[in-house]
Amino acid sequence: MTFTGWLTIFGFAAILTALALPFGRYLAAVYTGGRTWLDPVLGAPERFLYRLLRADPSEGQDWRTYAKSLIVFSLAGWLLLFLILRTQTLWDFTGLNPLHYHSAPWNVTFNTTSSFLTNTNWQYYGGETTMSYFSQMAGLTVQNFLSAGVGIVVAVALIRGIVSRGGSSLGNFWQDIVRTVLYVLLPLSIVVALVLVFQGSIQTFSTYLVSHGLTSGGSQSIAVGPVASQEAIKELGTNGGGFFNVNSAHPFENPTGFTNLVEMLAVLIIPAALVFTYGRMTGSRRQGYAIYATMMVMFLGAAVVCYVAEAHGSPAQHAAGIHHGGNLEGKEQRFGIAGSALFDVVTTVTSCGAVNSAIESFTGIGGAVPFANLSASEVIFGGVGTGLYSILLYVLLAVFIGGLMVGRTPEYLGKKIEAREIKLVALGLLITPLAALFSTALATASRAGRASISATGVGPQGFSESFYAYLSQANNNGSAFAGYGGFVQPNAGSLGSHGITFADLLGGFEMLFARYGPILFALAVAGTLVGKRVSPAGLGTMRTDNPTFVILLIGVIILVGALTFFPALLLGPIVQGLTGHLYS
Amino acid sequence: MKRILITSAISMIVFTLALGIVYPLVITGISQLAFPGNANGQQIREGGRLVGSKIIGQQFTDVVLKPDAKPEMDSAGNPVTVPDKRYFQTRPSGTTPEDNSAATTFANLGPNDLATKQAIVTNMDAYLALERPYDPGLTASQVPVDAVDTSASGIDPDISPANADIQAHRVAAMRHLTLATVKALIDQNTAGRGLGFSGEPSVDVVTLNLALDARR
Repeated sequence: MTFTGWLTIFGFAAILTALALPFGRYLAAVYTGGRTWLDPVLGAPERFLYRLLRADPSEGQDWRTYAKSLIVFSLAGWLLLFLILRTQTLWDFTGLNPLHYHSAPWNVTFNTTSSFLTNTNWQYYGGETTMSYFSQMAGLTVQNFLSAGVGIVVAVALIRGIVSRGGSSLGNFWQDIVRTVLYVLLPLSIVVALVLVFQGSIQTFSTYLVSHGLTSGGSQSIAVGPVASQEAIKELGTNGGGFFNVNSAHPFENPTGFTNLVEMLAVLIIPAALVFTYGRMTGSRRQGYAIYATMMVMFLGAAVVCYVAEAHGSPAQHAAGIHHGGNLEGKEQRFGIAGSALFDVVTTVTSCGAVNSAIESFTGIGGAVPFANLSASEVIFGGVGTGLYSILLYVLLAVFIGGLMVGRTPEYLGKKIEAREIKLVALGLLITPLAALFSTALATASRAGRASISATGVGPQGFSESFYAYLSQANNNGSAFAGYGGFVQPNAGSLGSHGITFADLLGGFEMLFARYGPILFALAVAGTLVGKRVSPAGLGTMRTDNPTFVILLIGVIILVGALTFFPALLLGPIVQGLTGHLYS
Repeated sequence: MKRILITSAISMIVFTLALGIVYPLVITGISQLAFPGNANGQQIREGGRLVGSKIIGQQFTDVVLKPDAKPEMDSAGNPVTVPDKRYFQTRPSGTTPEDNSAATTFANLGPNDLATKQAIVTNMDAYLALERPYDPGLTASQVPVDAVDTSASGIDPDISPANADIQAHRVAAMRHLTLATVKALIDQNTAGRGLGFSGEPSVDVVTLNLALDARR
C-alpha cells in the first residue's frame, strides 16, 4: 500500500463529489422543465424529434401507460438488435465488416441482445473476434444509450411519484427518454469520446493492421475500430460492454492512468448526480445528502478493503516466493494495484461491469468485494437511474422498519407508507436475489451448467465463477470471472465456434426477468404514491435526512444483502480468502 | 396501444440513425482531423512498413530456424521463438500466441490455484535465466512482480521502472552501450502518473526499443 494508492481512492471520491453537485442541479432542470444552457442548441432538434415520433410531450401518463410505453419501446429495441446481430454479413456493403465476420450462433445472440437491452452488457463473445463495426455501432452503441436512458427515466418517474401533490401523472415517457438522450447522454459522450482520443484511444473504420514487428518474432495483427465513441457511452451509461474482449484493460480503450480516472468518473457521474437531483426535486436537498452519504460510506468501505487485499498479494504468489508488489496478476502496469482495485469497485457498485483487470485473478477477499457490491443489489450509486430507484425502495423499507420500531405509522416525505407499498417494495427488492440464487443453484447442480466452468476453475474457484456469472447477470452488471464461458471463441480460420445453450439461455432470461421485474414494481410504487395526500411533518415524524437514518439505511441494505447471499459467498470467495491452500 | 407501437418503431429507426450512425461518424471525423495519430493507433512505420503501435505490446523475439532455414513450429502450429537479447521484453501475456492483438484475453489464473503458482515460478525462472548473466547480483526476491504476473490485456506495452532497470544491464551489454545511456533512454520513455496520482509510472517497452534502434 502506498500514499498515492490511498490518494487515488480518496482523491477520486472528492473529485466525483465536486463534479456531481453542479451536474445534479443541471439534471434537475432537465427533468422539471427548467432552463438549461443547452436549450438554445437543443430546443429545435428536441421539438423536431417529438413531431417525428408523433409523441405529445405535454401529455401526462399514469404509471400503467408509462410502463406500457417503456416495455413496448424496449421490446422494439430487442427485436431490432437481435435482427442486426443475426444478419451481420448482410451489412457488409457498408464496408463496416472488414474481416467478414459471420453472426454469432442464435443462442449467443439471444444472450447478447438481452444483455445490451437490460444495461447488463454481459458478453459471451470477444468483440474483436466476433462483431463487425456495423454491429458495434448501429446495434450495441445504440442500446448503450437507450438502456441507460430507460434506467434514468424510471428513477425520474419514481421521484415524481414521491413528490407529486395529487393527480396520477408520472410525466411522459417519450419526453423523458428524448431529453435524457439529447440533454444528458449525447453531450457527455461527445466530450468523453474526444478526451479519450486526445489521450490515445482510437477511432477509425480501417481494417485490422498487419504489423511486421521490430523483430522477426514480433509480427502481429492489430485489431482496431471505432472504439472511442462506444467507450464513452459504455462508461457514461454504466453499460460496460467492451469493444475488445479485454474491455477497459485494452490500451486502445483505456490508454493511460489519466483516462482510467476519466472513465471511472464517467461511470459514476450520472448515478452520483441523480442523488443530488433527487434532493432538489423533493425540495429538501438534505434528503439527497443523506442518501449520498449512505452510498459514499459503503463505496469507500468497499474500495479500502479491495485495495488492502490486492496490495497484500495472493496465496499462489506467496507460494512462488513473491512477497512484494501486491497481486499484479491480471492487472496492467499503467493502472497499478490501486487503479485496478478502485476501477473494479467503481464498476461493480454500479451496473457498469467494465473491467480494467481480471476479476478472476483477484485475491479471495479482493474478489469478495465485487461479490458483496453485487449482493447489495446495485444501491451503492448503482446503474444510471437503476441505483436511485433501487435505493429509494430500500429507503421506503427502512422507513417502514423505523416506523415499526418507534410505533408510529411510517411516513416518507409526508406520505403514508402502507401495506400495499411495502408489498410492492418487498417484491421489487426480492426479484434480483431470487433470480441470482435460483440460476446459480441450477447452473452448479447440472452437468450442462458446469460445462461453462473454465479449465483452471478448480475447487471453490469453479463455484465462484458460476455464482458470479449469475449474480452479475441478475444485477444487470456484466462484469465476469471471465473464465466462465457461454461461447467457444472461434480460432482464426476455424468455423468450429458454438454457444453453450444452457448458459446463454438461462443468463438471457435471468437478465430480462431481473431488469423489467424491478422496473415494473418501482413504477407501481410510484403509481400508488403519486395520488397520496401529503400531511405536514409533526413532532413524532421520523426524520430521513440525518445520520441516524443513514445508519439505519446502511443496516437494512447490509442485512437484506448479507442474509440472502452470505451462505453462497462462504462457499466461494470467503473460503479462498481464509485459506492459503492451493487447489489443483 | 397502437400509438405506442408506432412511436416505438419510429423511435428505434430514428435513434439507430442518430446514435448508431451519425454520432460515431461525427466522432470519427473530428478525431481524424484533430488527432490523426492517436485515432489511427499511433502506428510506427519503418521505410513505409508498419512495425507496430506505440501503445500495443509486441513480442521482441526471434523466430528459431531449422537447418533448412524454415521456421520451427510448436505443436499448436505457431513458430517457436526466443527472446531477442538486444531488446527490452514485455510482461507475460495470456493470449495465444503471446501479445496477440487480434484476439485479446485475460489469463484468468485464480488466486488459490496451483497452476497460478507454477506459472509464476516458470516466469521467474525464465526471467532469471535471461537477466542474471548480465546482472550477477540479481536474486529471486528482487524480481519485480510485473515481470512474473501476466498482464490483464495480454498486450500490455508497459513494464515497471524497476523491471526496466534490471533489463538495462543486458541491453547495454548486448548493444555495447553504457548503462547510463540506456537508463537515460528509459527515463525518456517513462510516463508518470495521471494528474500526479492516478496509476503507476510505466516504461513503454515499444517506444523504448524503438529509441534504442534509432541510435544505430
